[in-house]
Amino acid sequence: MSQTDMAQMIEAPKSWYMIRALAGIGLMCALLIVTTYEMTFETIKANKAEVLERAIFKVLPGSETKNIFEVNNGEVEKVEGETKNEMKYYAGYDANGQLVGIALEAAGQGFQDVVRMLYGYSPEKQAIVGMQVLESKETPGLGDKIEKDAAFQKNFAALDVSLDDAGQNLKNEVVFVKNGTKTNPWEIDGITGATISSKAVTAIIQNSASANMPVINKNLDKFKK
Amino acid sequence: MNEPNKTFDATTFVKGLWKENPVFVQVLGMCPTLAVTNSATNGLAMGLATAFVLVMSSMLVSMLRNFIPKQVRIATFILIIATFVTVAEYLIQAISIDIHKALGAFISLIVVNCIILGRAEAFASKNTVGKSIIDAAGMGAGFTFALLCLGVVREILGSGTLFGLQVLGQGFEPWVLMILPGGGFFTLGAWLLLFNYMKERKAAKMQEVVA
Repeated sequence: MSQTDMAQMIEAPKSWYMIRALAGIGLMCALLIVTTYEMTFETIKANKAEVLERAIFKVLPGSETKNIFEVNNGEVEKVEGETKNEMKYYAGYDANGQLVGIALEAAGQGFQDVVRMLYGYSPEKQAIVGMQVLESKETPGLGDKIEKDAAFQKNFAALDVSLDDAGQNLKNEVVFVKNGTKTNPWEIDGITGATISSKAVTAIIQNSASANMPVINKNLDKFKK
Repeated sequence: MNEPNKTFDATTFVKGLWKENPVFVQVLGMCPTLAVTNSATNGLAMGLATAFVLVMSSMLVSMLRNFIPKQVRIATFILIIATFVTVAEYLIQAISIDIHKALGAFISLIVVNCIILGRAEAFASKNTVGKSIIDAAGMGAGFTFALLCLGVVREILGSGTLFGLQVLGQGFEPWVLMILPGGGFFTLGAWLLLFNYMKERKAAKMQEVVA
């Protein structure tokens, strides 16, 4: 028997031990994660729905009740409960049942991971009147300022998203500008130290607004109670 | 593998809380310590999440210590730790989305918290399950205690509240610096100063007794 054969005979059981340990523990860990996921799924879903509801009333200042709508085959219709369509329009109404505005969910790539947010559109003002980040993993202390920074939030108190005369496109695209240089109502004043995250928010809003504002404005009557 | 020492007593637990406190004495896990302690609630939640991962992974590492070949031990430890971090993340989301949001990326970062891998490598892989759990619980409690110490000071001075309740009068102007990252360093520095002062005073007393 050559030396390599001898070495292999000694080595073989060793590598089997390693494979056994890694694969076995990997399988066990996978099972553990799946079990936890299954067990917490319903509770997490209910929690998220509650957070979403709170966010809707926050991005549409003055709203107290809501209805959910979605677009199916080009038609806006009111829906109840769960549906397959992910894109939903949350219409908020004030105490008198008057339409305050429509909240939309938008998502896109941030600096670290997908950023999910909710913004409120007021048809009366032709502007975005509120924005809240629902989920993000942006850098703590820098990128996460998109959620908390008061000056950045001010961008969304009245962000112009009015449509052009044909009603097909935004009159002015929502654009990112460097901190402190905002001059027009359709510009978003960035955060120093969180440029990529603020640009990401701008892009998400721009994409979502340019796709949805024409739909909302065309079907505005359907959203009224 | 060496035959593990099976005897343990109160010091197995208490050493993590005080004499070998992971933050104040070992100065480990500084990233979450400085980052999420801007309020007492966040500090407590982060401490408990870390303690949970620490206890569970120490238990599993200790149980499997004779099954894991030493060549792949770090890989398996990280696998086990990452699993419990994922489990903790789901549990926190089920308990409160707001806490999950406040802790943000730091929950996932528990994976690389050196206290956990440190205890797995230095203690759990060489000791019995019972002893490892007690050691991990002590270290976890010590970490939670330290984070709470920082969180309480920073929240009172930085926002004038404690666990969200107003404790300082309306006339108090919050020191905003304290809830910013800089405040974390100041507070940690002050606590380390206090701990080292107490340690030195004790050592001096001991010397007096000997002399």
